[in-house]
Amino acid sequence: MPAGIPVLTPDSVPRLWHVARLDFDPVRQRHVLLYPEGAVLLNDTGAAILALCDGNRTVKEIASILGERYQADVSTDVSDYLAQMADRELVRAG
Amino acid sequence: MPDNLPTTLLAELTHRCPLHCPYCSNPLELIRGNAELATEDWKRVFSEARALGVLQLGLSGGEPLLRKDLEDLADHARSVGLYSTLVTSGLGLTRPRAERLKEAGLEHIQISIQDSDAEVAERIAGVRSVKHKQAAAALVRELGFAFTVNVVLHRANLDRVGEIIDMAADLGADRIELANTQYYGWGLKNRAALQPTREQVERSREIAEQAIQRYRGRMQILYVLPDYYEPFPKACYGGWGKLYLVIAPNGSVLPCHGATQITSLSFDNVREHSLEWIWRESDAFQAFRGDGWMKEPCRSCPRKAVDFGGCRCQAFALTGDAANTDPVCTLTPLRRIIDQAVLESAEPETEYEYRYVGGEPARV
Repeated sequence: MPAGIPVLTPDSVPRLWHVARLDFDPVRQRHVLLYPEGAVLLNDTGAAILALCDGNRTVKEIASILGERYQADVSTDVSDYLAQMADRELVRAG
Repeated sequence: MPDNLPTTLLAELTHRCPLHCPYCSNPLELIRGNAELATEDWKRVFSEARALGVLQLGLSGGEPLLRKDLEDLADHARSVGLYSTLVTSGLGLTRPRAERLKEAGLEHIQISIQDSDAEVAERIAGVRSVKHKQAAAALVRELGFAFTVNVVLHRANLDRVGEIIDMAADLGADRIELANTQYYGWGLKNRAALQPTREQVERSREIAEQAIQRYRGRMQILYVLPDYYEPFPKACYGGWGKLYLVIAPNGSVLPCHGATQITSLSFDNVREHSLEWIWRESDAFQAFRGDGWMKEPCRSCPRKAVDFGGCRCQAFALTGDAANTDPVCTLTPLRRIIDQAVLESAEPETEYEYRYVGGEPARV
């Protein structure tokens, strides 16, 4: 892992890249993450995870909220997804 | 849901510009101010674009700040849900205008920088501009816009790519785009003077790659390769008529900003047709969609799914037939055209022909 990017752990506090924002696209009926010169079409789970990345909650807390919502253990899914987004620099570890 | 939705619209609001950069990708025949679309046309088009699926809007030019209605257009773009980028030289970005743009909901500003060396930067721009750009960058930061520095790379600045990257970081950029010159419009006219040597390209690529790692997490560095030195062509915007559209100042809709040089095509105008019709049905957008138009070696090539035969504009400009394989591709005998141009880059400095709207381009 190169310098400058802290690895996400269960206790990290992820937040969106400060120039990115979540939106809903009524044309595609999909949540989207918009940022300079780019857009990622999100599935519902991805959108739910990113919506909880408010700079206050830890990865563990996000997984626990969604686990309750979906009545399943989603901790691996949540940390894998956030790791991917962090690798693309769209999510930063606080 | 309809397939093939565009994601990005580049709105060239004007061709007028205070800068005269010899690498400009605008066409040689620049559109005059009195032929530009009116405010209400642009607003209608932005609404239509959003309804068609466009998410990202580039407010570009020329210099878009020369449009007095820019704030109004940015406000409308935000109100219909577009993420807008102002693509500017920075000249004319005064505090009142920057504040109004922020209020209008503009999210991202991209400022062009010509070089880290002020003297060379102003020789490229053809005008005193460095102080204005520094002031504009400071405003962009202060007001909290997302901020990109864009630098076109060529023979005269490529050796300073490391300094240029550090300068963008000092200006507080969130991103820097380092785009090796692509030879369209004025850029093609000035190719002999702009083209770097292979050694320059290789050194700068190494420097950029190291900087990408060093700045990771602080500033995003996008390095656009010079296609003349690559074995395969670039995949232009995911293929013709796939994700991207451009509207020229007079309302002509183009699949690519270089497309007007393909004189075998005619382009429909938003004054006469809906954007949706132009995107889905017009001849220009259908011409090279998919792969039915391809000749050999593209037709039977597995790479056609990767690079879509390369750039149609470059194929036309260099071979006279837009349906040819992009001559950058080493799988076509047309590659000799590029190899010849690369050889010419070893020749001594040539003068620039600066870009002007109207009149004869002046030699400075």
